[in-house]
Amino acid sequence: MQDTRSPGRGLRRRRLLGQAGAAGLVMAAAPVRAKTIDLPLPGGPDKRQITTAFPQKGAMILQRTRPPLLETPFEVFDHGVFTPNDRFFVRWHWAVIPTEVDVDKFQLAVHGNVNQPVSLSLQDLMKLPQVEIAAVNQCSGNSRGFFQPRVAGGEWANGAMGNARWTGVTLKSVLDKAGLKAGSVQVRLRGMDQPVVADGPPLMKSLDVDHARDGEVMIAFAMNGQQLPLLNGFPLRLVVPGWYATYWVKMLNDIEVLGQPDTNFWMATAYTIPDTPNADMKPGQTGVKMVPINRMTPRSFVTNLQAGARVSAGKPTLARGIAFGGDCGVKQVDFSSDGGKTWSAALLGKDTGKFSFRRWEAHFTPTAKGSYTLMVRCTNTDGVAQPDHANWNPAGFMRNVIETTPVTAA
Amino acid sequence: MVRPRLKILLLAAAVVPLCGAAQSALVLKSTSVTLPDSSAMFPPGPGADVANANCLACHSVGMVTNQPVLPKAAWEAEVNKMRNAFKAPVQASDVPAIVDYLVSIKGPK
Repeated sequence: MQDTRSPGRGLRRRRLLGQAGAAGLVMAAAPVRAKTIDLPLPGGPDKRQITTAFPQKGAMILQRTRPPLLETPFEVFDHGVFTPNDRFFVRWHWAVIPTEVDVDKFQLAVHGNVNQPVSLSLQDLMKLPQVEIAAVNQCSGNSRGFFQPRVAGGEWANGAMGNARWTGVTLKSVLDKAGLKAGSVQVRLRGMDQPVVADGPPLMKSLDVDHARDGEVMIAFAMNGQQLPLLNGFPLRLVVPGWYATYWVKMLNDIEVLGQPDTNFWMATAYTIPDTPNADMKPGQTGVKMVPINRMTPRSFVTNLQAGARVSAGKPTLARGIAFGGDCGVKQVDFSSDGGKTWSAALLGKDTGKFSFRRWEAHFTPTAKGSYTLMVRCTNTDGVAQPDHANWNPAGFMRNVIETTPVTAA
Repeated sequence: MVRPRLKILLLAAAVVPLCGAAQSALVLKSTSVTLPDSSAMFPPGPGADVANANCLACHSVGMVTNQPVLPKAAWEAEVNKMRNAFKAPVQASDVPAIVDYLVSIKGPK
C-alpha cells in the first residue's frame, strides 16, 4: 500500500536508513514483495495478500484492511487443536476501534432491568471465581466464499475459525452482582467499537436470560493463557460456547438487561438464517421465516493434505485433521478415500472439552496410481452428522457440508 | 473404582472452575497499537470517482475488489443496505452511478 516511488517518501526513507546505519541498509536490500495466497474460491477472485502488518498478529490472510478481516492460513490448523493467539482470525464490523486500552481505567457496566447497576474494574472482575473452557470461535460466515451461487460478504475460505482455552468469569457471576429484576428477558452485550457514521447501528448482541446465566457463557480476559490481542477483543470478550462468533462480543464494556426481546438491527435483521434444517433454502426462494443465527453445527477438515497434494501409490498414507461437534462434543469422525463410497472410523485424539477442536487421524493406502477423493465426516454427540450436500442462504452462513479433498497418488 | 470415575467426570465437564490458588496469576497490561490503513482506490473507470467518494469512508476498497461477480440486483441491494441499514451518507442520486460502476468491475460479462 505504501508508494515507495513518491519522492517525499523516498527521501524520508533514505534519511531513516542513514540513521539506522549498516544494519538498516542490509534490511532495506531485501526485496519488498508482498506474499500472496490463492484461495480456491469458485469463480474467484482467489488472490489474497498475506499480511504481517497488524499489531499482535503473525502472518494472516488479508480479506479487508479496514475494518480488519484477517483469516487464519489453513496450515495453522495442522499444528494442534489450539490456535495461537497471533494467528487467530479477526473480524470487525465498524472501523472505529479503540487502539488504546488502559487497564486501570477500563470499566464494565451492568445496567438496565437490574436491582442495582454496577461498574466493575478489571481488578474487580478478576476477583470473581474464575473458570476455563476450551471452545471454538467460528464466524457465522466462515467458508462463505465456497457458496454457489456466490453471495456478497467477507469472502472467507475455511479459516474464519479458531479454538482457544478461554479464562475468565461466568456472565452469571457478573449479572448476579447487579441482580436481575423480575421480567428480565434478554441480556444485551456491547463493546467499545463504534459506528463510523453517527446514526449507524452500533454492534449489539443479545442472549436469552437463561442462556446468559447458564454458567457456560463467560467473560474471558485470557485466551491460551495470555491476555487477548487487541484485535481479538482485549481486554474482555464474551465467550458463548457452541454458538457462532457474532455473539462473542469483543472489547465488551456494556451489559444491559432487557425487559423485552432485543429488536436492534444486529439481532432482528443482520445475522438471521432461514428457520430450516442446516439453514438451507433455495436461491430466490421467498417467504422463508428467518431467525437469529444460534448454535453451531458439526464440521471436520483434513489438515495435513491440501487439495491437489501428491501421495505415494502403494504406501500407507496418514490423513489427519480436526473436527468439532458444534454445540456439543465429537462422537465420531469417519474417513473415506473413495469419494464417500466406503467410510471407516478415524482415530480420535485427546478430548480437551466438548466445545473444542478434536484431532482425528486415519490411514489409507492408495493401491494404484490415480486420483483419490478424501472425505471426512463428523458426527456429534447429539447424533447430528455433517450433510452431504452444501446448504445455501443469502448471507452465506453455517456452511458445514462434508469436505472433499482431491489428491493424486503417483 | 472411585478414582477413574472421578477423572472421567472432570474430563467431561466443559467448564472447569479454577479454585483458590489456581486463579489465574495473569496481570493484564495496558495496550496501545497502531492499525494499518489502506489508501488504495477503486480501479479507474466511469463512476470510480463516485465510488471512491462514497464507499471508502466506512471500509477499504478490498472489501469490494475481493467480492465475486454478482448480478446487478445484488449490487443494488448492497448499496441500498449501506444506505438504509448502515446509514452511509450516500445521496440517492448517486446510487445508480455507484451500482453501474460496481457492475462494470464486478458484474456478469
